[in-house]
Amino acid sequence: MKHTISVLVENKFGVLARISTLFAARGFNIDSLAVGETEDPEVSRMTIVVKGDDSVLEQVTKQLNKLVDVIKVNDYKDVDYVERGLALVKINVKNSTRDALMKTIGIFRTRIIDLAQDSAIVEITGDEDKVNAFIKAVSSFGIKEVCRTGVVALSRGK
Amino acid sequence: MAELTGAQILIECLLKENVEVVFGLPGGQALPIFDAIHGSKLNFILARHEQAAGHMADGYARSTGKPGVCIVTSGPGATNIVTPLATAYMDSVPLVAFSGQVSTAVIGQDAFQEADITGITRPVTKHNFLVKDVKDLARTIKEAFYIASTGRPGPVLVDIPVDVQRGICELVYPEKVSIRSYKPNYNGHPGQIKKAASIINESKNPVFYIGTGVVVSNAEKEILEISKKADIPVTNTLLAVGAYPHDTNLSLGMLGMHGTYAANKAVQAADVIIAVGARFDDRCTGKVCDFAKAAKIIHVDIDPTAISKVVETDIPVVGDAKKVLEEMSGLVESKKRADWIKKIDAWKAEHPLGYERNDDKLHPQYVIEKISELTKGEAVITTEVGQHQMWSAQYYKAANPRLFVSSGGLGTMGFGFPAAIGAKFGNPTKEVIAVAGDGSFQMNMQEMAIAILNDVNVKVVILNNQYLGNVRQWQEMFYGKRYSHTCLAKRPACPSWCNSPDRSKCPVYVPDFVKWAESYGALGIRVTHKKDVEGAIKKMLEAKNSVVLDVWVEIEENIFPMVPAGKSLDEIITRIGG
Ligand SMILES: Cc1ncc(C[n+]2csc(CCOP(=O)(O)OP(=O)(O)O)c2C)c(N)n1
Repeated sequence: MKHTISVLVENKFGVLARISTLFAARGFNIDSLAVGETEDPEVSRMTIVVKGDDSVLEQVTKQLNKLVDVIKVNDYKDVDYVERGLALVKINVKNSTRDALMKTIGIFRTRIIDLAQDSAIVEITGDEDKVNAFIKAVSSFGIKEVCRTGVVALSRGK
Repeated sequence: MAELTGAQILIECLLKENVEVVFGLPGGQALPIFDAIHGSKLNFILARHEQAAGHMADGYARSTGKPGVCIVTSGPGATNIVTPLATAYMDSVPLVAFSGQVSTAVIGQDAFQEADITGITRPVTKHNFLVKDVKDLARTIKEAFYIASTGRPGPVLVDIPVDVQRGICELVYPEKVSIRSYKPNYNGHPGQIKKAASIINESKNPVFYIGTGVVVSNAEKEILEISKKADIPVTNTLLAVGAYPHDTNLSLGMLGMHGTYAANKAVQAADVIIAVGARFDDRCTGKVCDFAKAAKIIHVDIDPTAISKVVETDIPVVGDAKKVLEEMSGLVESKKRADWIKKIDAWKAEHPLGYERNDDKLHPQYVIEKISELTKGEAVITTEVGQHQMWSAQYYKAANPRLFVSSGGLGTMGFGFPAAIGAKFGNPTKEVIAVAGDGSFQMNMQEMAIAILNDVNVKVVILNNQYLGNVRQWQEMFYGKRYSHTCLAKRPACPSWCNSPDRSKCPVYVPDFVKWAESYGALGIRVTHKKDVEGAIKKMLEAKNSVVLDVWVEIEENIFPMVPAGKSLDEIITRIGG
């Protein structure tokens, strides 16, 4: 079961290490992690995606809450939320495939941010599935490199 | 307001926190701190090993309820307190440890005696701090004491680089602490408390299972009151020895691996378990899926992570044990449960705690019984880890909580003797006795120097069985009596397969604990016969100085009852072959 957990923490050094240690100590592999300042510069938000058993995750959520630097923990399990991640994909470009590639890029409403002789860097944002689908779709053109961020997420409304 | 150095600020803050005694050992990156201690009002005790300093602070804390404090230098000084921090963390003991650190300018450069001690101790502290600016020091110290001693207590480490110790600033010690991300919840949810009370009222066979939380929150009166009112038997964990009076018919004694037959039977037959400040440690539950299968579980704990961590809880109540029980007390109906108590009395009669009382061998249990009798259970007993620890928990009838001090969760050999020294500093008018195995004692016995030099009158009773006895027992029971590296007298000339040891033929035991004690100026007494035990204990208690009582007990005595590791509490063994 995939969980997206949002953790508001004090923006201090060492906090990221504390949190990752906690996951590691319980044998959790973090799928992705994104950290950034919030509207309050003293507070950072960490968006963590992990896979794991619900009951174990409940324990992890409680343990996160117990850390002195953690202000709030939300597991988006039963919440309506939006998530976005970003990927930069460097794709081979040949004369024979250029048109097909442009079409695919158009379908996914992505942007080319760098174009060279025989490659292009494409920027795509979206939830995990969309990014995955895009990477799959362009794989036949030959992917040189992929660089992905962790997802960030917010609950809707409220 | 005058400006002070960081080191002076530390000392002033400790005095403001009413710290009575600090244990530790200096070094290069803590020199400014030790210079500030020199001539200050701080009562600093120089240990011989930082590990021992940490355990001294721990023994002080467990026996008084106040936070224990230690100060060490960077690098090896700091890494030497990892074990005491972990020991305190497992058992929820409030400790505040200060370590020197290399200068902020060279942190991360593998400077001389640099260790990333906040990194190393992160998993074994409740919280830790690296202070990078002298302006943050006073507030950090205040927060450290606050975090260590509130909520579920625990150790906190404050790492202070040497330039911060030298840095200068005005001392402003905050009166109050407010940490937005740390707000322990003391009051239980009234709805949950009501639910819990009604389940107790409907129950036929309830059992109280009480742990450290009862000791920490001083809830022993509330437990006594509710248990008497509603006729609920009470079993305790190792760390809650003394939290419930031994002489009432409702007392079941300790639960779990070396708990009583009656306690383990009662828990397995219970229809409701009321766990208070206990964490369902595997040494208590045995095989978890078979634990108290028929019972609804009520769990009162201040730490939400303790709830449903091991055993699924039906009614969680997050809050301070005392506060929750005070509120629950009015809701629990007074009731007699004659059938249940009759069953329990029958279990108690079937397999009471016991050993061979009628021979004249020197059984270790007898020694503890005599200590209990002669001190009326009013002495502080600390233990090391092993068989002697379990016999102490079984046979020492502590009259109150905080009189039994033992490393439970981590099981740290080398804990008991320094803890006794720390406990004596906190309880100068009480008798303090360290019950030690001959193996464990050798891990920190160098601290006898501290006891002698400071006129700390501590007593050490070594239950000398010439073995790492607890491990030997497992080898006897589960590894075909293959005594691999558990004999402490073994020399190369011994037969490699020695499974019928006879002390009179074994090599000379080293050290000679009597001569060793005398070399420090302590009184050393050796006892090898049962008839001499009582007289020797009396002589020990009368002595005005530290004493080492080296008691040569039966070397292959085993602790029973026993629930083998990983087995259900029903599979309790009351003796070998039975
Ligand atoms: C630091 C540490 N190392 C190893 C152990 C494993 N261990 C548990 S009990 C024990 C034997 C203790 O022997 P002793 O102190 O002589 O006590 P006895 O069991 O004989 O009473 C050992 C080695 C431990 N608990 N702690």
